[in-house]
Amino acid sequence: MNVRLWGTRGSLAAPGPDTLRYGGNTSCVEVVANGTRLILDAGTGIRPLGAGIGPKDGRVDVLLTHLHLDHILGLGFFQPLDQPGQEVHIWGPPSTTLGLHARLSRYFSPPLFPVRLRELACQLTLHDVTGGEFAIGGLTILADLVCHPGSTVGYRISDGITAMAYLPDHEPALGADDFPTAAAWTSGLDLAAGVDLLIHDAQYTEVEYASRVGWGHSAISHTLSFARMAGVSRLVLFHHDPSHDDAMLDQLVATSAGTEELPFELIPGQEGAVFQI
Amino acid sequence: MKRRPVGQKPVEIILMRQLASSLAMPIFLVDPSGNMLFYNEPAESILGRQYDESGEMPFAEWSTIFEPTTEDGERIPPHALPLAIAFEKRRASYGTLRIRGLDGISRKIGVTAFPLEGQGKRHLGAVAIFWEEDRT
Repeated sequence: MNVRLWGTRGSLAAPGPDTLRYGGNTSCVEVVANGTRLILDAGTGIRPLGAGIGPKDGRVDVLLTHLHLDHILGLGFFQPLDQPGQEVHIWGPPSTTLGLHARLSRYFSPPLFPVRLRELACQLTLHDVTGGEFAIGGLTILADLVCHPGSTVGYRISDGITAMAYLPDHEPALGADDFPTAAAWTSGLDLAAGVDLLIHDAQYTEVEYASRVGWGHSAISHTLSFARMAGVSRLVLFHHDPSHDDAMLDQLVATSAGTEELPFELIPGQEGAVFQI
Repeated sequence: MKRRPVGQKPVEIILMRQLASSLAMPIFLVDPSGNMLFYNEPAESILGRQYDESGEMPFAEWSTIFEPTTEDGERIPPHALPLAIAFEKRRASYGTLRIRGLDGISRKIGVTAFPLEGQGKRHLGAVAIFWEEDRT
């Protein structure tokens, strides 16, 4: 399984000289295994990814965790959507009252975007994902709702030999004064348990988290605790706060790695990074 | 690749417990089969035992261990309890009854119970909010 990070930033794109190493594009991850390509989220990082996908590449599957703008903003500029006949499948969560089509149509319509969903040239199929296991090509995907405002899922992807989990927006510590508590009471743990690679929200410092409880994100210390509880092999810190520049992220990662001996490899998520598992 | 051993609760149930833990009103949470998953600290003083001591409890146990009766002292069968109606019939239910806490004290309580339904009409369990109406 090959995993490539096309966008690692959370909340808002943050391009500029101070974010060159960790990257400024918002969430987008490419997973390729068993002849199948999955694209996780459609933040601004999906634009350069889509530029390299043509009709010869076959079916395109985009799995959205949720519909906050930083996870769908790149869709309007995702080249395969403009290619006549290109088969594109978009998977994502409905709300409790609206399906994915109705929810995505809010973005793909004026005044937010000039092109309507029904006007896209590709052969588009939308799939509501509320949870459970399904297959795409040679990959098995497990989806489950996770703790983040609105309807949000995380994904666990397996090629039958290895597995990775993707929880870019996740607040497992919400309301738990003594986090981490029991595994059965921890959001997202079924998805992440024992994976070879976990890509997880690490948006805040502990000081920042204290004033942003309930916003749906993790302090880095919570991310480390979650990964430890899940028993992962490698942890990629992801969804960096737009105010955290390269120097600050270097410092946060160094501090996190130095506080205790970690039972997994700690990897700061950098745009362009590629992992083989 | 290692397997998934966790058996994690649905996120709505996790959030419900977290909400209950933050509220000052007694709350009792069950799964779709009626098995008690959690009750909060205000509920402990009415039920007469700390949740940490009792842990999760099957429906057959909690529905009888508190000896629920009508105000006239007539035993209430388990499936007639407001919370049982909420998780079995998936509708809200209200009742006034008398229970005996595990501290031996009989209390008259009012109970409002409602089912928990998630996306895709997934039945997640039910919640009872209750309060003490008097003590004898």
